Amino acid sequence: MSPVIQLTNVIKTYTMGDTTFNALDGVTVTIQKGDFAAIVGPSGSGKSTLMHIIGILDRPTSGKVVLDDHDVSTLTEKEAAIVRNKNLGFVFQSFNLLPRTSAVDNVALPLIYAGINKTERTKRAQEALVRVGLEGKFDNTPAQLSGGQQQRVAIARALINNPSLILADEPTGNLDSKSGREILDFFKELNRNGNTIVLVTHSPEVAREAKRVIEIKDGKIERDTHR
Amino acid sequence: MDITEIFRLSIKAILSNKLRAFLTMLGIIIGVSCVILLVAVGQGLQLYITQQFESLGANTVAVLPGTVSLENGLSGSQPNFVGSKLTLKMADDLDRLGGPIEAAGGASQIPSTIQYKGKSKYTTVAGITANYSDIRNLTVGSGRNISTTDVDSARNVAVIGDGIRETLFGQSDSIGKDITIADNKFTVIGILENKGSGGLGLDINSFVAIPITAAQRLNGSTTIQAMNIKARSKEDIPAAIDLAKRYMSKQLKKDEYSVLDQQSLVSSINSILGIVTAALGGIAAISLVVGGIGIMNIMLVSVTERTKEIGLRKAIGAKPNDILIQFLIEAVVLSLVGGGIGIALGYGGSLLIQRAFPAQVTFWSVALAFGVSSAVGIIFGVAPAIRASRLEPIEALRYE
Repeated sequence: MSPVIQLTNVIKTYTMGDTTFNALDGVTVTIQKGDFAAIVGPSGSGKSTLMHIIGILDRPTSGKVVLDDHDVSTLTEKEAAIVRNKNLGFVFQSFNLLPRTSAVDNVALPLIYAGINKTERTKRAQEALVRVGLEGKFDNTPAQLSGGQQQRVAIARALINNPSLILADEPTGNLDSKSGREILDFFKELNRNGNTIVLVTHSPEVAREAKRVIEIKDGKIERDTHR
Repeated sequence: MDITEIFRLSIKAILSNKLRAFLTMLGIIIGVSCVILLVAVGQGLQLYITQQFESLGANTVAVLPGTVSLENGLSGSQPNFVGSKLTLKMADDLDRLGGPIEAAGGASQIPSTIQYKGKSKYTTVAGITANYSDIRNLTVGSGRNISTTDVDSARNVAVIGDGIRETLFGQSDSIGKDITIADNKFTVIGILENKGSGGLGLDINSFVAIPITAAQRLNGSTTIQAMNIKARSKEDIPAAIDLAKRYMSKQLKKDEYSVLDQQSLVSSINSILGIVTAALGGIAAISLVVGGIGIMNIMLVSVTERTKEIGLRKAIGAKPNDILIQFLIEAVVLSLVGGGIGIALGYGGSLLIQRAFPAQVTFWSVALAFGVSSAVGIIFGVAPAIRASRLEPIEALRYE
């Protein structure tokens, strides 16, 4: 097994007026290739901050983050954007699809920033949509899709550039239980096919679906269970 | 990332909210079309006045009695027609000087009522020499012109404008008929060609010309009110003025005459109209700035409204510059399209106005309006675009 992302003694400090507060207080964790890890914890535990650090959406105050053998602890926003584009795929609670934009165009969005031409983009976006079971919905806008379908469009978007890591932030939070079930099953299937997934949730039930549960509290990893 | 791709994104964003895009552009549309329209009207007026003066005879130099100055624009001192010391002999002398002077003739004006069979019209009757129509570019459409013999023997003959003919005679024959001018009978011998609507200073349609000698008899004077000199060409005007001044200085005292060319009158009128045009354009340009502020306002709202979209774009790989350029292009496209529509409207409006009023769309007003509207787009687009590009992806994603 090779590590996809390695966090070593990561500290993230926020300053509010006179008080400083460590949202992450020395986190050391490694996500291996093929992992399906759930990060759980109550609100305010630091799990969102941890997800932002893993997603290179934010940089640690101190400590080291290594993604695909590259130190990404101190990237500029421009460099980080390139890393997120090439190495990561995001799935959000509220789908975050562009309104009034077709499924194909939504899925192809990361490829625009990767500088890939339109023909290639459309081809790959259609393939990704077929992969998530949305053939025949290529030209539908988000408003013409159900919640579950919208989240699958978002997953297709996360998959489109074959990321080393898929980060999902409460992916079932806005879905009814049936659709949520489908999405979780889909994540499991992706994992079986070799995708590395990190899922952030506050729900123990959702976390149970993962192969590994990382519990976080007060900015520290409290428990790291492999199953 | 390719600039054409960003361009496509911007266009898509604009098209996804057409009504708002239109309302945003409205300020620019109104501003640009106003600039073009107002400048077109100003320019048209300038051109019209220049043309009117030229139709009265280009290359003409006038010798007027008294001290006439154009230095203070139109408020210069007026000619002293009543105390005129100019004589017909002077005009004849000038005419014979030759050189830069092609022709010279005298002229006097008698405001009076002309009558024919109960119909009457009040107008200014001009006493002229035989070469007047050459100097002033007048053409006799039917009948004949006033001849040297008419002048020499002070015959009671008249050449009338087409408007006068219409008023006095209607459809009936006019040539050979006797009309009454200041209680004297004059025979109509020619009708001037209709050169369109009236001009400045001289309305050809209501023009009535009689031999200057006949006019002197009506006036009971031995002098004439003015002399018109035609230079051989535009380039000969200064030499003609020079020659006329030299001749006049031997005849009269310095304050008894003035030698003026039409060009200086035209240019002093034009400089005033130029200021008016610039002022009109300037006022319209203010609305362009207001339009620009409108664009900035909408773009700022748009950035706030699309915070989440910006966050998402950044999360999946948009660099700050990609976002900056996208929003900047949106603002610029809005102002350029608005500018384009404004130019079309301004141009169309000018064409409409042209039917009733002289209007001349000038290249510089279009260039200025277009330049200002694109500058407005860039200047007022920068602030919102920078704000968008600086949004933190986390904050932006969290935004509800």
